[in-house]
Amino acid sequence: MAAVRRVGKRHKKLNRSAAGTFFLIAITTFFGIFMIMPMVYSVSTALKPLDELWTFPPQFFVQNPTLKNFSDLIRLMSSSTVPFARYIFNTVFISVVGTAGNVLISSMCAYGISKLKVRGSNVMFQMVVLALMFNGTVTAIPGFLVIRAFGWINSYAAVIVPAFAAPLGLYLMKQFMEQMVPDTLLEAARIDGASEYTIFFKIVMMIVKPAWLTLIIFTFQSLWSLSSSVYIYDEQLKTFSYALSQILAGGIARAGAGAAAAVVTLLVPMIVFIISQSNVVETMATSGMKD
Amino acid sequence: MPQQTLRRKKSGKGFWKSLIEYSFVAPYMLLFTIFTVLPVLAAILLSFTYFNMMEPPTVIWFENYINLFLNDTLFVRALQNTVIIAAITGPLGYLASFVFAWILNELPRGVRTVGTLVFYMPTLSGNMMAIWTMLFSGDDNGYINGVLQRLGLISTPIQFLKDSDYMLPVLVVIVLWSSLGTGFLSFVAGIQGVDRSLYEAASVDGVTNRWQELWYITLPSMRPQLMFGAVMSITSSLGVGTVITQVFGFPSYDYTLHTLASHLEDYGGMRFEMGYACAIATVLFLLMVGTNLVIKKWLSRIGE
Repeated sequence: MAAVRRVGKRHKKLNRSAAGTFFLIAITTFFGIFMIMPMVYSVSTALKPLDELWTFPPQFFVQNPTLKNFSDLIRLMSSSTVPFARYIFNTVFISVVGTAGNVLISSMCAYGISKLKVRGSNVMFQMVVLALMFNGTVTAIPGFLVIRAFGWINSYAAVIVPAFAAPLGLYLMKQFMEQMVPDTLLEAARIDGASEYTIFFKIVMMIVKPAWLTLIIFTFQSLWSLSSSVYIYDEQLKTFSYALSQILAGGIARAGAGAAAAVVTLLVPMIVFIISQSNVVETMATSGMKD
Repeated sequence: MPQQTLRRKKSGKGFWKSLIEYSFVAPYMLLFTIFTVLPVLAAILLSFTYFNMMEPPTVIWFENYINLFLNDTLFVRALQNTVIIAAITGPLGYLASFVFAWILNELPRGVRTVGTLVFYMPTLSGNMMAIWTMLFSGDDNGYINGVLQRLGLISTPIQFLKDSDYMLPVLVVIVLWSSLGTGFLSFVAGIQGVDRSLYEAASVDGVTNRWQELWYITLPSMRPQLMFGAVMSITSSLGVGTVITQVFGFPSYDYTLHTLASHLEDYGGMRFEMGYACAIATVLFLLMVGTNLVIKKWLSRIGE
């Protein structure tokens, strides 16, 4: 693990021309601006007072920044039939429980497949790899029928439980464990009489911390932006992302409040990512697929 | 990384011990079977039926498929659009992911950290597609039209979201903008993980610049990450659909950007012709898995 980090930090680079570096910086800056432009425009719009929102032609940058859109957003939230705190609670609840379950269940299975090598491990893993090759669109209709059969329509479970078994989580976890957890360490613990569950929670989970932190980011991010309107129709149970889309549906008059809401939605996953970026890089180093 | 392959002895494992071992995989596999394996099989089976959710499905064999390919011109168009969009955004997004991951690795550490965040941010932003509608809008609030008019390049606004000449290019820009996802992170990490001694050895052997390093060392060392990134980008580029609805509305003007995912949404989510929708889902499934397997095979041959 340490080796990966150290390589990442190489200070001296061989064979580098200054002109080449300048060229690369120029390209990165150019495309970096393109990538970040919509976000900057959102932030700028979120800070515009009403008259600037209606200026023609529209200005990119705000002239007289104001926080009025954010207070409008709060006002819009509190005037909705469902208290806005409820939408936020729903999203946080779904994100946290879904993420925790996904991390625990995927890690356990990854341990069984990569280290205990239970019979059928290979087939199970191949199936998960195959599942990476299509997305939820394909399974949407039968998936809905399954959830209806369980009686989970209009409940948190409809969104949370399927997220537990997302294929990407198992894939990343298994690859990381296989390459980063030494078998000799596990053997030693077994000789000392530790049970498999002790080994899993006390040793394996400690070593694979970067991987589950990464999984937390991915799962959290996808659940955070989930609008879930297919499974949940009770207003009380809807998510923040759904409420946001309702505000935006209010049209141009709400462009300012809408942009403010978009900024708030982006902020949370961004902060989570910044905090754990180095773990993500460490985990993704083992994400490669063998032929 | 030296891989430890100390396989544990299989024989003489007690029943109790096996039970404990299976208890690790059971919860995930159970849920995976219920929410992924079963739905795929069900979709394939339902595609041979007429099913409207009110009455039990009736078997009609290949009628759905015959109708799709022979009588549903919109489906044929959706299939074409899906392939065209994937053929443009898939390879370009994949290439961009690698090129930017590589460039970022060439730059100083601080720049790299900020750069990774900047390039990954569109993926983090999830629901920010509405901002593209604001930028490209054809009315007075469209920022891009505003700029073009101020510069005197155009006199009337261009209907970027409703003119079939512009819709595909606009979609390509938006999809590429959001295409640096999991694959990109995998590349960033993979490049940093290439064994440094390989570069030193190559330098002795006469590699004189970074472009040669890239070609002779970095690329070959990263094959597993390149494979993973390929799977990620094929799956997402063939599944483009939600973005179109968010930015262009549903249906997109004159069905110009109708894709398989949109067609599926139409029959499954609005008309409740579930058998027919499952036939569309099955076609999409075969297209995604088939493309993935072919490209995977092709990639694994490179450099052999």
